[in-house]
Amino acid sequence: MADLATNFVGIRSPNPFWLASAPPTDKEYNVVRAFRAGWGGVVWKTLGLDPHIVNVNGPRYGVVYGADRRVLGLNNIELITDRPLDVNLREIKKVKRDWPDRAMVVSLMVPCEEWAWKQILPLVEETGADGIELNFGCPHGMSERGMGSAVGQVPEYIEMVTRWCKQNTRMPVLVKLTPNITDVRYPARAAKAGGADGVSLINTISSITSVNLDDWSPEPSIDGKGSHGGYCGPAVKPIALNMVAEIARDAETLGLPISGIGGVTTWRDAAEFIALGAGSVQVCTAAMTYGFKIVQEMVSGLSQYLDEKGMSLDDLRGRAVPNVTDWRYLNLNYVTKARIDQDLCIKCGRCYAACEDTSHQAIGIGPGRTFEVIDAECVACNLCVNVCPVENCISMIELEPGVTDPRTGLVVRDEYANWTQHPNNPAAAAAE
Amino acid sequence: MNDASRMPGLRAGRLSPEIYALNFSDAYPPLDRHEALVAADRCYFCHDAPCVTACPTEIDIPLFIRQIATGTPEAAAKTIFDQNILGGMCARVCPTETLCEEACVRELAEGKPVRIGALQRHATDTLMARGVHPFVRAAPTGRQVAVVGAGPAGLACAHRLALHGHAVTLFEARPKAGGLNEYGIASYKTVDGFAQAEVEWLMQIGGIGIETGRMLGRDLSLETLREEFDAVFLGLGLPAAYALEGAAQAGVRAAVDFIADLRQADDLSALPVGRDVVVIGGGMTAIDAAVQARLLGAEHVTIVYRRGPDRMPASVKEQRHATARGVRILHNAQPVAVLGEGRATGVEFAYTAETDGRLAPTGETFVLKADQVLLAIGQWLEDAPDGLERDGARLRTDARGRTTMAGVWAGGDCVAGNAGLTVAAVAQGRDAAEDIHTALGAGKDTR
Repeated sequence: MADLATNFVGIRSPNPFWLASAPPTDKEYNVVRAFRAGWGGVVWKTLGLDPHIVNVNGPRYGVVYGADRRVLGLNNIELITDRPLDVNLREIKKVKRDWPDRAMVVSLMVPCEEWAWKQILPLVEETGADGIELNFGCPHGMSERGMGSAVGQVPEYIEMVTRWCKQNTRMPVLVKLTPNITDVRYPARAAKAGGADGVSLINTISSITSVNLDDWSPEPSIDGKGSHGGYCGPAVKPIALNMVAEIARDAETLGLPISGIGGVTTWRDAAEFIALGAGSVQVCTAAMTYGFKIVQEMVSGLSQYLDEKGMSLDDLRGRAVPNVTDWRYLNLNYVTKARIDQDLCIKCGRCYAACEDTSHQAIGIGPGRTFEVIDAECVACNLCVNVCPVENCISMIELEPGVTDPRTGLVVRDEYANWTQHPNNPAAAAAE
Repeated sequence: MNDASRMPGLRAGRLSPEIYALNFSDAYPPLDRHEALVAADRCYFCHDAPCVTACPTEIDIPLFIRQIATGTPEAAAKTIFDQNILGGMCARVCPTETLCEEACVRELAEGKPVRIGALQRHATDTLMARGVHPFVRAAPTGRQVAVVGAGPAGLACAHRLALHGHAVTLFEARPKAGGLNEYGIASYKTVDGFAQAEVEWLMQIGGIGIETGRMLGRDLSLETLREEFDAVFLGLGLPAAYALEGAAQAGVRAAVDFIADLRQADDLSALPVGRDVVVIGGGMTAIDAAVQARLLGAEHVTIVYRRGPDRMPASVKEQRHATARGVRILHNAQPVAVLGEGRATGVEFAYTAETDGRLAPTGETFVLKADQVLLAIGQWLEDAPDGLERDGARLRTDARGRTTMAGVWAGGDCVAGNAGLTVAAVAQGRDAAEDIHTALGAGKDTR
C-alpha cells in the first residue's frame, strides 16, 4: 500500500483527503464520525464573530440530478456556522486533542477590518488548530454583507486581509478562492502577495439549480422566493480542475501550495486534482450524498493506483501540470480518425445521430445497421466517442506520418507545428 | 393442500378462496412511478431505434420513454396510442422478449433490455386511469363502414375510421367486445376487467356503434353489408379447429374455450379442472391454458409440443413462466389419439423427429394419463365468407388489407401471414382503416 501521509504547508495528515469547510464539519459530533471513518483532516465550518448568524428555516439545498436521481450538482444557501463562537472553539480544541494526527484547519470569515481578525485569530490559535482558511469564497448570503466572495472578488482585499492574518498568527494561512471571477490567477497572485501559505479552491459557484414550474420559485424555495446559492458536486469538477491548473502553471504563483476542491467524489477525481498540483483535496458533496464511508474507497483506490504506477504521492503531485498548455501550442500535425469496433458496437446509432445532425456527416450506416466512420469527412472531433454508451467501442486512432489524410488530402507530417507557425495566422512569425 | 386437490376427474373447488385470489392476481404488477423513472433512465434514445422497427405497430418507443423520464407519462401514452390504440393491452400481452425488447441494444450490450413493455403499461395506465381519451373525432364524413369482429383488429380499425370521421358499426358475434383480449388470454395478464375497460375507453372517440350477438354467416351476410355500407372490414378471428382420434370424448376441448370460460367466470372455485391435464400445442394459448389449469388446482399439467424447444411458438419467457408454475413441457411428441371410453383417461403420443424441417413419428409411442385434454393445435377458417378467396386456411389480402372482393378489407388472425399476435392484428386493423379512408376519398369529400 502506497503511503498517503501528507504534509501540506506544514499541516500533517494520514491521507490527503480532507472534508471541506461545510455542513459536515460544523460540529464535534460530525467531525469525530469523519475521523473514525478515516478522513485525513477537516476544515472546520467557517467561524464568524458573535452574535452568530442565523440560517433560513426552510430548505437550504437544491440539486441537479443525473440518471436515476444521481446527484450531479448541489447548491446551498446555508451561511457560516450558526452556533456561538465559544462552542465551536471548545469543540475544535477537544477534537484536535483527541485526534492529534488529523489535520484541523479552521475556516474564518469576519468583516474586512483588522480589529476583527486580530480578535478572532488568537482564539483559534488557542485551540491547537493546525491552520486557518480564509473564506473569501461563499457567493451567497454573507457576500451581501461584504464578506465571502465579496472579498474574494477584489484582489486588493485578499492581499490586505491575508497580510493581517500572517501578521497576527503563527498558523499557516490558506486562502479559499471563489470561482465567481473571470480569471482566478489574479486572486491567487494576491493571496501569494499577502503571504498566504497556500490557496484552496474552488469555493461554490453562484447558481440557481432549478425553477419550480408550479409556483415559479427558484429552488430551494423559501416561502415562494429563492436566492442564488453556491453550486458544488461532480458538475463543477471541470471548472475546478481548470482553475487549479491555471494557478499551478502561472509563473507568478508557481509552487504555491494548492488544496484542490470541487466535485471530488472518487479516488480518481482526487488523483486528477493531485496530478494538477493539489497537495490535499477537500470533499463535501460526495460525503453529503453518500456519508463519510466513501473515504475508504478513496484511500484504497489512490493507494492501488500509486502502487500500480510505481509512484509515490509526491511523484503524482503536479505530474500533469507541464501538459496543460495554451491552445495555440497544440500540435496541428496530430491527426486522428474515429474508429468503431464492430465487435463492441451495440448498434444504438447515437454516434450517427450526433455526427449526422450536429457535426460533420462522417458516419455512415451500412447493411445490418453497421456504423462506419467516413475518414474523408471525419475531423476527429471526438463527439462520437463521447456519446457512445459503450466504453472503448469508438476510439481515436492517430494517422501515422506519411499517410494522407483523406479529408484534407495532405500528407501527415512528422514534426510538431502549432498555430503560432500556421500560415493562416496573421500574427505568425514568418518562417523565411 | 386440501383433499379436493388430489381427487381425479373434472372437479371444481380444488383450492381455497385465498389461493384462487392469489393465483389469479396480476402476474407482472405494474411499475410505480419511481420504478418507471429508473427503468426509463436506461433508454439510450437510439437513432432509428431497432425496438421501433421490431414493433408491428411501430410505436416511437424512445420518444415515449423519454416522455416518461421527463415526467410526462400522459404524453408518452399519446405517443403510444397514436400508433396503437390498444397499447394498454399490448403492454400486457405482447411477447416483448421476441419483439421490441429483443431488439433493444441493451439486450445486445448486457442481456438486460430496457423494460419497454412495463414502461408502456405505466404510461397507458396513467392516462387511462384519468379517463382521458386523447383523440378528437374529425367532422363526420357521412360514410358508413361495417367492421365485423370486435377483436383487436376490428377495434383498431373502428377507432381509426371513427377518428377520421366515418360512422362505424361494429358487429360482434359474442356477447362482449374485445375478441381474444376478452376471451382468449390468461386472466393474470389482464386483471380487473381491463379488456372491457379498454373497449369502453376506446369507444370514447365516438362514432362507433356496436352490435353484439351478431355473427357473419348466421345473423349477417357479406352481401347485405356491402349493400348497406360504404366499406366492410372483416376481423373475424380464427376458430379453434382440430382433427384427433378420440377427441369427441368428455374431458376434451379446445384450450381457447377453456380460457374463455375461465375469463368469463364470476367464481373461479366453480370452474372444474382435471387432476391430470394434458395440453397439446406450443403457442401462447397452450401456455395460457396450462398455467391456468395449474392455478385452478390441477396436480399434473403437461404441455406436449410436436417439435423441439427452439421451434416452440411460445417465447422462452412464456415457457419459463409455465415451468416456474409447475407445468411440465414435453417436446418432440405428437398426439395419436385420446384414450378412454366416452370420457378421456389419457392421450397416446408418438415421439417425433425433425429432419430438414420435416416432422415424422419415430415409431415409439407413450401414454400420458389425462382426465382433461386441452387442444391448442390448430385454428383455421372452415369456409371463407361468400366470394372471398383463401390463402391456405385464412383469407387472402394484399399489403393494404384489401381482400379479393372490392370494398372488403380484412385483418387480424383471419388473414394469411398474421403471426397471431394482438399487436399485429392492431397494425392490420389500423392500416386497413387508413386504406379505407383513402379509398373512400374522405378528407376531400365533405358531404
